[in-house]
Amino acid sequence: MTTSRTAPLIEVTDLGKTYGSVVALRGITTTVRAGEVTCVLGDNGAGKSTFIKVLAGAHEHSEGTYAVDGVEQHMSSPRDALALGIATVFQDLAVVPLMPVWRNFFLGSEPRKGPFRLLDVDLMKRTTKDELAAMGIDLRDVDQPIGTLSGGERQCVAIARAVHFGARVLILDEPTAALGVRQSGIVLRYIAAARERGLGVVFITHNPHHAYPVGDRFLVLRRGRSIAEREKAQISRDELVTLMSGGAELDALAHELERDPLIG
Amino acid sequence: MTTTAPPRDADERLVPTGRTTRVLRRPEVGAAVAALAILLFFTVVADQFLTPSGVGTWLNSASRFGIMAVAVAMLMIGGEFDLSAGAMTGATGLLVGVTTTGFGLNVWVAVLLALVVALAVGALNGVLVVRTGLPSFIVTLGTFFVLQGLDLALVKLVYGQVAVQGFAKVPNFDSVRPVFGGTIAIGGASISVSVLWFLAVTAVATLVLLRTRAGNWVFAVGGAQSSARATGVPVARTKIGLFMTTAAAGWLVGMISLFQSSTVQSSTGVGDEFIYIICAVVGGCLLTGGYGSAVGAALGALIYGMTRQGVVYAGWDSNWLYAFLGVMLLAAVLVNNWVRTRAERMR
Repeated sequence: MTTSRTAPLIEVTDLGKTYGSVVALRGITTTVRAGEVTCVLGDNGAGKSTFIKVLAGAHEHSEGTYAVDGVEQHMSSPRDALALGIATVFQDLAVVPLMPVWRNFFLGSEPRKGPFRLLDVDLMKRTTKDELAAMGIDLRDVDQPIGTLSGGERQCVAIARAVHFGARVLILDEPTAALGVRQSGIVLRYIAAARERGLGVVFITHNPHHAYPVGDRFLVLRRGRSIAEREKAQISRDELVTLMSGGAELDALAHELERDPLIG
Repeated sequence: MTTTAPPRDADERLVPTGRTTRVLRRPEVGAAVAALAILLFFTVVADQFLTPSGVGTWLNSASRFGIMAVAVAMLMIGGEFDLSAGAMTGATGLLVGVTTTGFGLNVWVAVLLALVVALAVGALNGVLVVRTGLPSFIVTLGTFFVLQGLDLALVKLVYGQVAVQGFAKVPNFDSVRPVFGGTIAIGGASISVSVLWFLAVTAVATLVLLRTRAGNWVFAVGGAQSSARATGVPVARTKIGLFMTTAAAGWLVGMISLFQSSTVQSSTGVGDEFIYIICAVVGGCLLTGGYGSAVGAALGALIYGMTRQGVVYAGWDSNWLYAFLGVMLLAAVLVNNWVRTRAERMR
């Protein structure tokens, strides 16, 4: 942590969100900086989804402040967030499995040329290949249906697409949740690549083993509250695992499971 | 060891899956092979089949189904069906026939009026499907019966019978006829203008599907609607446009059969809607949407036209045609299913 720190891209202070009388999130404070990965950890129901929805602009926060580039924001739609360079890659990735990779890459924002406004296919294919190469993805053929790519590769196409369309902050919603060990490794490598390119990354996960190697800052949520907000230097992997899994609860569980010699 | 750097866009891992695989991956390959086989088969079986007049006849038949099949294929790629497409060809023809012979409307005006009405019905189909979220199968089944009922009841109300008579004597008939019902002599064969329309519609549909933004959206909307919406594709607009395209094609075919035969009956086109779907599926369209091609649907229609006429030339009972269609459909669905599982396979 000796590098000179840039000003935070995103700074949330005492952020809270209530749905009617239900308090979904309360007192969240953290920062996202360019070239850093902020990991948001928590079990199911910890408030991760609510936190992403607020960051992504899908839901407006009800308490505290949400500042982008030091300017306080009140977003009412994901479009507001996108305009500020905050792009969210949700779990379903918004890809069409039967369509080629290059068509998926530009879906909804296709470049056109000529008097008949036809698709600029050469540009689309070249850009897709180059953008993926810049993320370290060497694709055999951008013409193949995106459904034939592995889960990790598809995730990376979605990330590369967000980067190409001007994202400065990437919010990744459990990108490794449905993936095996090797595929998760691929995605983690691309998260690191995005960080090296100077993007701010918000990495949502429930797996501390995925978060720790790639993260610069860790926010652990439980039952809608922040139970820890640390820089990497202030926390060890074991501490993170313990925090994440609910410490004492896990010890009790381990004890309970180990006791019966008949099981196994 | 010396290694030569591969050319920029050529990946050495692509060599084993070269041109052959690339061609086989196209949705219309199966239909092209089948069309060739049927052409050879009937050329051998029926003497008349490959004569200039024979070719002219089956091309004309294929073109009238092909124009619709191409439009229906686009709609199916977009994930929807239109069961009113067949009745639309009859309804537009009747509208022109009745307003000109019954009410003395100018033919050109009547033809344009029919187009406007067709587009309105198409838009209605689209809006109903998009707004209600109901399956288009049900919505257009409703439109189909409404059109069929109007075709019968309104025409009977005006004429007391279910066919338009004396259309050829209407003023300006001869000025419109060459556009829809004319023929052109090419090398001894008289080819219907409808064949040119067929070629034009197939070419434009292919260009739209593969090289325009709208075409990209059609594939996206049919392949994964929520993903399309999430990336900013105007789903409703795309679907309504597709229903209007199918309706416009129905109008074109309605005009072609009206001006070719100079008469139209209330039952014209009823039942053809399934043939359009069969042609599209034989041509590689998936019933589940998101995959298919205009050229494939055109080839499917060519297979249908050749078989329909070939059975007659071979002197067989024409009812065999339906059995053949059924077999073709099942075979095509099985092939398509296999192709799709391969294309969608997640490694």
